[in-house]
Amino acid sequence: MPEIIKSPPPPSTDKRWKIVDATIRRHGYQKHALIEVLHTVQECFGFLDEQALRYVSAALRVPPSKVFGVATFYHFFQMKPAGKHTCVVCMGTACYIKGAPNLLQEIEAKYGVKAGETSEDRQLSVLTARCIGSCGLAPAAVFDGDVAGKLDRSETLQRLQKVMQL
Amino acid sequence: MTAAELENVAEIENAAQASYRHQIRVCAAAACLSQGSDKVKDNFDKEVERRGLNRDCQVKCVGCMGLCAEGPLVAIDGLEKMYQNVTANDVSEIVSSLETKPVERLVCSTDAPFFKRQTRVASEYCGLIDPERIEEYIAAGGYQPLQKALTEMDPQEVIDEMTKSGLRGRGGAGFPTGLKWGTVAKARSGDGRKFVICNGDEGDPGAFMDRSVLESDPHRVLEGMAIAAYATGASLGYLYVRAEYPLAVKRLKIAIRQAEKMGVLGSGILSTPFDFKVDIRLGAGAFVCGEETALIASIEGRRGQPRPRPPYPAEEGLWGCPTLINNVETFANVVPIIRNGGAWYAGIGTEKSKGTKVFALAGAVKNTGLIEVPMGTTLREIIFDIGGGIPGGKKFKAVQTGGPSGGCIPEQFLDMPVDYESLGKVGSIMGSGGMIIMDETSSMVDVARFFMEFCQSESCGKCVPCRVGTAQMLDLLQRFIDHTATGRDLALLEELCDMVRNTSLCGLGMTAPNPVMSTLRYFRHEYLEHLQPDRDAAPAAAEVTA
Repeated sequence: MPEIIKSPPPPSTDKRWKIVDATIRRHGYQKHALIEVLHTVQECFGFLDEQALRYVSAALRVPPSKVFGVATFYHFFQMKPAGKHTCVVCMGTACYIKGAPNLLQEIEAKYGVKAGETSEDRQLSVLTARCIGSCGLAPAAVFDGDVAGKLDRSETLQRLQKVMQL
Repeated sequence: MTAAELENVAEIENAAQASYRHQIRVCAAAACLSQGSDKVKDNFDKEVERRGLNRDCQVKCVGCMGLCAEGPLVAIDGLEKMYQNVTANDVSEIVSSLETKPVERLVCSTDAPFFKRQTRVASEYCGLIDPERIEEYIAAGGYQPLQKALTEMDPQEVIDEMTKSGLRGRGGAGFPTGLKWGTVAKARSGDGRKFVICNGDEGDPGAFMDRSVLESDPHRVLEGMAIAAYATGASLGYLYVRAEYPLAVKRLKIAIRQAEKMGVLGSGILSTPFDFKVDIRLGAGAFVCGEETALIASIEGRRGQPRPRPPYPAEEGLWGCPTLINNVETFANVVPIIRNGGAWYAGIGTEKSKGTKVFALAGAVKNTGLIEVPMGTTLREIIFDIGGGIPGGKKFKAVQTGGPSGGCIPEQFLDMPVDYESLGKVGSIMGSGGMIIMDETSSMVDVARFFMEFCQSESCGKCVPCRVGTAQMLDLLQRFIDHTATGRDLALLEELCDMVRNTSLCGLGMTAPNPVMSTLRYFRHEYLEHLQPDRDAAPAAAEVTA
């Protein structure tokens, strides 16, 4: 007799869980869809919290320890909510030798937010990326999803200021 | 879709394109997009509409034209006129000059060595076709090699052709592609399943060849995978792409949908009994997943940790089945090899490294961007002729190839031909094709520390030499940066390099010491300059307690 798959109810009535469920269904509740499902959760909610991880664990029947292991292994998954605005400074080789660390310094000096942190008022998250593949435009950064290249200190602050006003 | 229908699609598309008097191509790859090429395209559309030129002018988005440094790039009528640094305000002027002389101040000379010295094979359609329309790919000759393979060749003949071409894995290690395909074709699995995986986890910081190919010509990679599947007997493929490349993922999804609709992917491809489906798997930011066994673990939904080889994935890979893993650029080379024959491909390049190689030029060089040159081209030609030399009147110091697994090559080797063997001889590797040029202002110790920090944080933690060794080496390198290192630290660093290289489980650990070893070999004096200034007078605390 085929195994009857009973899916647990989503953690809340939030409609975004329907998108997550759709991904789980598309992969036929297979355990190997774990990373794909985590991607969907992060796309919908911005980050992965314990509630989400427990739900994914139950839905795919993967032990919570394994779900947590995978979520923390990959750098792309965020375990904390980001601020309202994000600034990702690329720290790839080309950006690094063209002065990306200076940009980070400048941002920290102005906003008091270090790489990997979010400001206390939750307005700005500063992140670093391994390489965003825009090496031709080094040094580059991503302001709220928009890539900006050939940056210097003042241009970075200007861009940041513009994004923060939105 | 039959062969005749495929030809029909090509004919209709070619006729449609020939009906336009002018063709305006706007680069819509990531680098130009971030410089505002989407607005330029919009303005061209509006301007053409406003002047009622819809029937005369075709405006289209195309993939990477290579010269990312001067983007956004616009090409008119083939390569007749090419413009650089185009802004939305320049559009009207360009449209006015369609029938007359080009707009002088924006001209990008296509006679420059940057364009003339390249040989485009893997990236031949990049910048020419709209990556979001399969019709253009077919009109350019696409999917005909697949049709040729399926109807005129048996799987062994396809493999023989690949062997004859001499193509070697473009992911960096340079394993002969034909041999790999042959191994997978011969391997048997319990349940008969086999897989083809395309490795698009371009984790090397400073490399963007795969991204450009996927964004500019996604169908070529799909077609290459389909031919590989036919040759090896697989019916399911996975494209493993970095989640950090959303544009590439989007275009691949469009490409797969279109290809399935056209019947060139899916069941009964091109009206033959051959089935092949492709699914996308997103990477999640782990450099180690470029290693094939780690990549397989990731597709299986687990942590990306490598396992010892053998068994190689060709025999036991995804879910224990024989699996062919090739890099994006390797698959991109399959189509021209099948179209023109292995002997043609083997005619390009050097004796042991055949064909061309795509490089991502970045760092302290004028023409940053994407280039493709025959194997055996010298570093000097790449950096000074094609790359345009070092900007700001500065002096060349070193070129870094192979990313965190490669090394820094100093000036004395500039006239060395670029191929797998030569790069290995000087302590670097071909790698996936990142080429970072450094001028005199770069500190080599700092560069070594940068890469070691990368490897330390990307170490998966499975084996001790890599997990602990990289952390220790990073610590030692930091002492050099802080000018607190002693002669003993230098000796320890060299010892650790040797140990980590020889005892690590996978390629990440085995090659992690390369940046340190190559900088120690050619720039040892910089390390010595970073030693603690008066170490004889006051030995460092570390030395006393050691």
